[in-house]
Amino acid sequence: MSVAIKSTETMRERFGAVTTELLDRDDSVALVLADISADQFRPVAARHPDRAFNVGIREQLLVSVGGGLALTGLRPIVHTYAPFLVERAFEQVKLDLGHQDVGAVLVSIGASHDRADSGRTHQAPGDVALIGTLPRWTVHVPGHPDEAEALLRSSVADSGRVYLRLSERANTRSHVGRRGRAVRIRSGDAGTVVAVGPMLDPVLDATRDLDVTVLYAATVRPFDAPALRSALGEPNVVLVEPYLAGTSTQAVTDGLRDTPHRRLALGVHDAELHRYGTADDHDRAHGLDAAGLRRDITRFLEPAP
Amino acid sequence: MTVATLTPPTLGYGDLSPLIRLMSGDEKHEPSAHSTLDVLWVLYDRILDVAPDRAHDPARDRFVLSKGHGPMAYFAILAAKGFLPVDTLETFTDADSPLGTHPDRLLIPGVEASSGSLGHGLPLSIGMALGLHAQGFGNSRIVCLVGDAELDEGSNHEAIAVARAFGLDALTVVVIDNDSATHGWPGGIANRFAVEGWATADVYGRDHEQLTAELSVHHAGRPNVVVAHVESPGEAIE
Repeated sequence: MSVAIKSTETMRERFGAVTTELLDRDDSVALVLADISADQFRPVAARHPDRAFNVGIREQLLVSVGGGLALTGLRPIVHTYAPFLVERAFEQVKLDLGHQDVGAVLVSIGASHDRADSGRTHQAPGDVALIGTLPRWTVHVPGHPDEAEALLRSSVADSGRVYLRLSERANTRSHVGRRGRAVRIRSGDAGTVVAVGPMLDPVLDATRDLDVTVLYAATVRPFDAPALRSALGEPNVVLVEPYLAGTSTQAVTDGLRDTPHRRLALGVHDAELHRYGTADDHDRAHGLDAAGLRRDITRFLEPAP
Repeated sequence: MTVATLTPPTLGYGDLSPLIRLMSGDEKHEPSAHSTLDVLWVLYDRILDVAPDRAHDPARDRFVLSKGHGPMAYFAILAAKGFLPVDTLETFTDADSPLGTHPDRLLIPGVEASSGSLGHGLPLSIGMALGLHAQGFGNSRIVCLVGDAELDEGSNHEAIAVARAFGLDALTVVVIDNDSATHGWPGGIANRFAVEGWATADVYGRDHEQLTAELSVHHAGRPNVVVAHVESPGEAIE
């Protein structure tokens, strides 16, 4: 595969290629679909009809089948759009995986307003907040197809409960670090900006001439509080998440419980826009474009009058 | 000799009433008040290939009590068959007891799935059937018990359609029908499964011979449902 093709490949396409390889190589891996992405997986499902299933448009069953497969010892990958995977089937996620104490890798597409033109029905900016109410979940928010691949591979090789949140938005560069650990992108003195997943490029653009540390996190549960503590100089923390604003505020507060600090949480607003358009339009509306981020971060870092 | 001093597997059907009383503390609470009692006894005594010393054998059969409500009959039978010490029944709903009003698989050996919220056991059983087949244990049976009112939950109907589409002939559903669904099932419960291609049978849910006969049948290529009719909660029981 040429570099040029790879650079334009989406996380969703990489997910398809890597999952296909995992199904071919490892007979403990299973895949459960609910029509979404079924075309993409048709060839591998034909090769492994006993481990790759499409249950049709039945998202409760999608998650429960994942739970049942895990109860027999398989490692299920369970996939559909974020609102149907996390919101529609939330009790199945809570009970048929969590309460049974079995593992699965839930892989969503359609992050926040990726599907802006589809409207609210296809948007779930509260997904990470919801998963965050459940014990012992790992949540990955990759910002690049290479990160999505690395996190998918390590998640499938593990046995726990993982939510892997894929997006059509991606940063130009991958920062594959040690799994679960935040990466310091650059250092400054006025504060620390934590950019999550695809928010890194807009954050770097917004803060290019600001004297701040930028930490990059592709894993938010568990939240890498030690990395934040060690990066922290002036105790001003800006959290920039590509989903519901403030989703990781509690994690930051807990991580800095012994450190007096100021905090600003940026992300998707909780108001419903009732607008279509593009993801860029929605980023601007939520202040998540570089100009909006710069405005809010600059204001926050200004010395108090 | 009290029932608590008996050792499994010497306990039989006739001992279930005193075992249940260890939990209910109610002298008047007859076993016939437990709608699931006879089906569960027949399953554990005659049908399921399970045993306390094979709780982790991947080739064992799986029983899923989807209708997790009122599990005293289930716990009594697990005790009678040696999955639980009999005296554990006396701890029912204590803070440090493995037994509560809904079973927890992490606390009770031999319980395959935790239940309580309705409409989860059958969808989980679909995944278990697929998973066992994929790993070469296609001969292991999965028996899932649901209630007629539990079928109100739409998740069951997602599962009923897909079980036939996947040809899950290792799967048996037992519906305890005590006519407790608020809006009923006009035309009968078995018809709901029949239109999806399931093999169906209607039996009297207290008749051990009928239950044994229908639960022993294997229908190649399709799942089967046994609708076990018992007295409705309002009916007088002798």
